Amino acid sequence: MFQTLRRSSERLHLGRRLLSRAAILSLVAAFPPAALLAHGYKAGAISIAHPWSRQTAPGQTVGGGFLVAANADDKEDRLVSVTSPAAAEVQLHSMAMDGGVMRMRHVTGGLPVQAHGKLELKPGGFHVMFIGLKAPLKLGAKIPATLTFTRAGKVKVEFAVEPISSTGPAAAPAVDHSHAGH
Amino acid sequence: MPGTEGLAPRWKWALGLALAFAIGLAIALTPRGSPTAPDTGANTAAAGGIGGPFTLTAPDGKPFTLKDVAGKPFAVYFGFTRCPDVCPTTLSRLARLRGNLSADGSKFAILFVSVDPGHDQPAAVGEYVKLFGTPIIGLTGSEEQLAPVKKAYGVYAAKVPQPDGDYTVDHSTAVLLMDGAGRFADLISHDEPDPSALAKLKALVG
Repeated sequence: MFQTLRRSSERLHLGRRLLSRAAILSLVAAFPPAALLAHGYKAGAISIAHPWSRQTAPGQTVGGGFLVAANADDKEDRLVSVTSPAAAEVQLHSMAMDGGVMRMRHVTGGLPVQAHGKLELKPGGFHVMFIGLKAPLKLGAKIPATLTFTRAGKVKVEFAVEPISSTGPAAAPAVDHSHAGH
Repeated sequence: MPGTEGLAPRWKWALGLALAFAIGLAIALTPRGSPTAPDTGANTAAAGGIGGPFTLTAPDGKPFTLKDVAGKPFAVYFGFTRCPDVCPTTLSRLARLRGNLSADGSKFAILFVSVDPGHDQPAAVGEYVKLFGTPIIGLTGSEEQLAPVKKAYGVYAAKVPQPDGDYTVDHSTAVLLMDGAGRFADLISHDEPDPSALAKLKALVG
């Protein structure tokens, strides 16, 4: 989207260039901070949207991470591993609620990203687990990590550390609305 | 589009682009997936006999008992700091609902009990609860201390070995509400809507 904007503005005279800037500024002003923090990455047919994590406390050696990987290809891909210099090990985990009991499991063998589909690592479901954190995940920090896909290969990303109350970019605006249902 | 007739074409172009961008973003930010089935609360025993005295360990390593809640009603939640989602979400919600109660919010205590003493040292539990921005009493204890408390409070928690040789903990997710005499008053399930949870907290401190 912004590439298109940039290309277009190169062909335009000064007034139009200013106009494009005004359009961008008005767009930026129109959206909440959570949207501004959203970030993405791309490798081959795989797009990664907004990797994020929750802040952790001193002494807490583990932290979760979330992201959405979209596959634009006709063939299935697979997220096989995640590594990060911030943790001794990074695992993929599932989480499920079962009659009021939370069950989390270490997933081995990776997670599929369907052809023209999405793999969603999100609260209440699959997630990345940083194990053996070398330092607490501080609010506002960016945690570097490398995702490895069978077909798309390696993608370097950064997990944005959000408040412990965060439920992700999609739900972020609802945090302060006490009467919003879940 | 009414109101745009007077604009130069380039403004319409910019407006159209802004609109397309906004719609795209709105779609991208819309939560997906259907809500999970309601928590039946079946993981807690029948309402009658829940609760009772306990002795656990405070972050400073000292014993913490029911008497230390000093006759206040309290909300108690059992989990562990490695809990990826339900624990932070539940504790964040209790903190938020306490804020909604204004002055009444200080009329009940919030207790978080780690049922994973193998990973969670008392001091670390104390640091963890500080993240929530409201006073929460972080407790844990030895397996011997925790076993009778889990039983008395109808809490299910079980270690499950993982492929890497470590383990995780399956645990029940309801928040138990106990009155000033330490008797069971109500419970809040993890997926209960906020208004219902807030009404229960109001009744607890009312």
